[in-house]
Amino acid sequence: MTHMLWVVLLPFLGALCCLILRGRAVAGTGILFSLAVLAVCTNLLPGIWTQGQIRVELGGWAAPLGIGLHLDGLGTFFLLLTAIVGVLVGLYAAGFFAQDKKHNAMGRHFWPIWLLLWGGLNGVYLCSDVFNAYVLLEVTGLSAVGLTVLSKTTASLVAGLRYLLAAMFASLMYLLGVGLLYAACGQLDFVLLGQDMTQSPATLTAFGLMVFGLLVKTALLPFHFWLPPAHSSAPAPVSAILSALVVKASFFLLLRIWFTVFPALTGQAGSSPVLPPGLFLGLLGGLAVLWGSLQAVRQIRLKLLIAYSTVGQLGYLFLIFALLSVSHGAGGGPSGATDWTAMAWTGTVFHVFSHGLAKAALFLAAGCLALAMGTDDLNAMRNIAGRMPVITFTLAMAGVSLMGLPPSAGFVAKWMLLRAALASGQWWWAVVIILGGLLTAAYVFKILAYTFVPSQDETVPLRPVPPAMTLTALALALLCAVSGFRAEEVIALLPHGLDGSPLSAQGGSP
Amino acid sequence: MSMTFWLPLIVLSSSLVTGLIIFVLPEERSRVRTMLNMAGATVKVAGVFLMAWGLLAHGIAYEVRFTMGLGFDFLLRVDLLSLAFVSLSSNLWFLTTLYAVGYLEGSENRSRFFGFFSLCVTASTGVALAGNLITFFIFYEFLTLVTYPLVVHKGTPQALAAGRTYLWYAMSVGAVLLVGVVWLQALAGPFDFVSGGVLHAMEHAPRQELTVIFALLIIGLSVKSALVPLHGWLPAAMVAPAPVSALLHAVAVVKAGAFGVLRVVLDVYGKDHAAALGLLTPLAVVVVATIIFGSLRALMQNDLKRRLAYSTVSQVSYIALGAVVLGPLATVGGLAHLVHQGIMKITLFFCAGILAESRGIHRIDQMDGVGRAMPLTMTLFTIASLGMIGVPPMAGFVSKWYLAQGGIQAGQDWVVAVLATSSLLNAAYFLPMLHAAWFKPLPFKPDPETLSRGIVHGRLEAPWTLLVPTLATALFSLAAGMFAGWEWSPLGVAEKIFAGRGSMP
Amino acid sequence: MTTFHLYSFAAMLLAALGVYGLITRRHLLRKVMALNIIAGGAFLLLISTAYRNQGAFPDPVPHAMVLTGIVVAISATGFALALIQRIQKQLGQRPDQEAGDENPDQTETSRSGP
Repeated sequence: MTHMLWVVLLPFLGALCCLILRGRAVAGTGILFSLAVLAVCTNLLPGIWTQGQIRVELGGWAAPLGIGLHLDGLGTFFLLLTAIVGVLVGLYAAGFFAQDKKHNAMGRHFWPIWLLLWGGLNGVYLCSDVFNAYVLLEVTGLSAVGLTVLSKTTASLVAGLRYLLAAMFASLMYLLGVGLLYAACGQLDFVLLGQDMTQSPATLTAFGLMVFGLLVKTALLPFHFWLPPAHSSAPAPVSAILSALVVKASFFLLLRIWFTVFPALTGQAGSSPVLPPGLFLGLLGGLAVLWGSLQAVRQIRLKLLIAYSTVGQLGYLFLIFALLSVSHGAGGGPSGATDWTAMAWTGTVFHVFSHGLAKAALFLAAGCLALAMGTDDLNAMRNIAGRMPVITFTLAMAGVSLMGLPPSAGFVAKWMLLRAALASGQWWWAVVIILGGLLTAAYVFKILAYTFVPSQDETVPLRPVPPAMTLTALALALLCAVSGFRAEEVIALLPHGLDGSPLSAQGGSP
Repeated sequence: MSMTFWLPLIVLSSSLVTGLIIFVLPEERSRVRTMLNMAGATVKVAGVFLMAWGLLAHGIAYEVRFTMGLGFDFLLRVDLLSLAFVSLSSNLWFLTTLYAVGYLEGSENRSRFFGFFSLCVTASTGVALAGNLITFFIFYEFLTLVTYPLVVHKGTPQALAAGRTYLWYAMSVGAVLLVGVVWLQALAGPFDFVSGGVLHAMEHAPRQELTVIFALLIIGLSVKSALVPLHGWLPAAMVAPAPVSALLHAVAVVKAGAFGVLRVVLDVYGKDHAAALGLLTPLAVVVVATIIFGSLRALMQNDLKRRLAYSTVSQVSYIALGAVVLGPLATVGGLAHLVHQGIMKITLFFCAGILAESRGIHRIDQMDGVGRAMPLTMTLFTIASLGMIGVPPMAGFVSKWYLAQGGIQAGQDWVVAVLATSSLLNAAYFLPMLHAAWFKPLPFKPDPETLSRGIVHGRLEAPWTLLVPTLATALFSLAAGMFAGWEWSPLGVAEKIFAGRGSMP
Repeated sequence: MTTFHLYSFAAMLLAALGVYGLITRRHLLRKVMALNIIAGGAFLLLISTAYRNQGAFPDPVPHAMVLTGIVVAISATGFALALIQRIQKQLGQRPDQEAGDENPDQTETSRSGP
């Protein structure tokens, strides 16, 4: 089981190699390392499948002192999502950064920073204590900003700086929380912290600070200000990485903090204040779904539209905190409480997965369009459906998944969340989910409608797009559609209880 | 994995694969495209025929089932009801494709058009074969998505506006349908369609929740089946090319909605159980309102296709009427009308397309004397119109007769009154057209440009690819009425369906 | 009131001061400085936890954490300064004009789509 370390080490090694190399070798090495990481991640899957979770103490030092790596079903999904999207985006980037001299220069920087970012992401999913999570989150954040400013346009620099300030502030809030937590508990390990968590002013403040920091990083509604400019001004492959992967890392950590470290505060075991924190997050999430989608409908630039769509789609993720904050007894119908908690988990993880794939596909497709048309103005997209059918198809497939229509992973996500909402008697979340789906449909079909408008004047010539770019975008969209048919395996790997612990016995039927 | 597994999949994928290949075909390979289309359609018709033969003659149960891990199975199953719908859609797909090849000769973006056309038929096949509510929903929503590009095919502002209207209607109630499906599954667990319904077996089912879910499901289905007041998209969608209108009205969309109503009432709730819950009366009110309202609005239209569209609004509700009237004969009538309305209405749209293409006739006041200029087309038009009105022995008469009988059986005499009123209204909007076409003189010479296009066809009124499908559907509708007593006529099959669904799956 | 409490209150005060500065100051350099003040607070808090068990022996873990934290904070600050300099060069603008002012997302309300 030593190779769990390679999941983190390989991308970092790759980053070093890419930094040293010059010319064409950079992209080749980058792709090679991407494939290696994917292979290692896939290789971990059987172990997780049979054991439920794997833990490795680095250097043989036990938990309180040493650094441990901890992988469970939840982390595996985030790892795999990152690896799949990472490899495909890498293939795309090889074409994207080869288009001209200016992009060549960007590409030389893209690979080392992206592999660094990847290593940070994998580290977040593997780390077992709150402080290492902070360090890796910072690695992720700094390299994400580095990727944002890759094109060096003023807009991207300004957006990148705003992103950096928000990220720094958020991590510092998190670090303060870590300090308080260590002062109160003398522990850093997620599981050990969760085991003897007590309610005191110090732990409550720590909880608030950590959650607050992670919310800013995940761009939940009032803290989303940094996301649209950063995600829309970056080069296309970077936008895909930022929207599909980077925001998910802080969300993952939030899940860990919420369900593993502070079950005493967030579960129903604790006291019930007037507004339970879970309900509060759910409300913000619901608002984000509606507000983000509405903003997306108003945009006239494709990449900005997709970026606002990310704000909206991220909102769905926060519904889980509200769904799981009600007490067990509230569920009606024949299905018991564990059933709908499992549904809520599956829905959320599937949403992470489907949004990752679909959003990456959308941004990559937008990159192809921008390359072909020279702009990402929606008005320029006349008759694209006739002239670039594959890209239109990709946009449509990814859009279908975002809307949560069958057949797609997004449908599974929405189905599960809806069922969890209805089975637990919280029908108002069902209303939010449905409204969000309709608004999503509004902006997806806004894009598609433009592609059907026939061109009036003589057709503006399109620049040819390398088939590798088109095909990787298509592959992501298709993957998203196909993975909707295999929900069973996911459910078996996911946490079933409220405490976020993975199901020890396999095959509990939801 | 025998033929019972593969045959439904072959029927489903014959159009799916065709559609996907057509998407990647270059625009100018029209011959290959036509060959592919026809080959796919032939495979589908043959597959449906085989399944019908296997099911009816040997009682073979065709079933495709695999788990999706969502607490439900993906289930395709051939029962008698689905057989009726799938044979209708596969045969009409064959004819409509032929028609569309001729109709769109030389226009732009044909690959895209035929690709989505095939996907649309795939979706309606899936709707027909779906063996549970969830599979039904999957294909039902898929249908919405693949019809949109067909509606906006021309890309004109009107087309885009119509497409947007269609989407808003379909997507918003699609969401309502999803809530209904999810809720019902949460309440009743996973279940398949069973003739006679499954819900009456549930003892502790709360009455109120079942009522709300029924409302959600019917609202979710009401847009596609064009029930008042959610019918608005249908006349708007008339901007699409004629084969699309034919497809929307006769084969895919509207039928999918009506079929869904049948499934929900007959196979989920069960007619008796639904009546016991008091759910059928409100539905009956809506259905009757739609029948009358559609006919009245049709009277007011001057645009030919819009008049036909409102006629569809009215006629499709006959199918739903079969589901809400309690007498068993009404169910038979409604089922038969599923097929009858399909072949009659598609004939009318084919004719309207021919009129528009060869003579530029779009409005009813332009139809004066056209019978003399285009006798064949107008003969076919007349056959279908008379069938719609319900003149014996046409197909429409047969279904109306059975619906009325069912009403009398159950002591619901209002059904007869509704049918009589509706028939009068049908006559009021079809007969003037026929009168104008046959008995009024040709008022003006058609402009030379359209005539010159007509010369290309030689001695025929229109290209044979347009005429042959029209002729075929008109003859079908004539035969369906004349030979209604035959064992394998639509009515005969409907009777079989009704009789057989007790014992057969 | 132990020494530990004294230090941790001072740390919280420092962090609060930093947050205040971050919100109220528009000058980009000052914003970066405010962030560093928050960082200072966080480090003080961490280092004071080493003294938690009343000086019997200092806990080594917080020391390691603070060292790591300082490295992270320094690199982030350096990065931010480099960005500010670059923006200044490209805009020909003094850094006191906050960059976020000219809202780069043009949300044109015209819905005159197709």
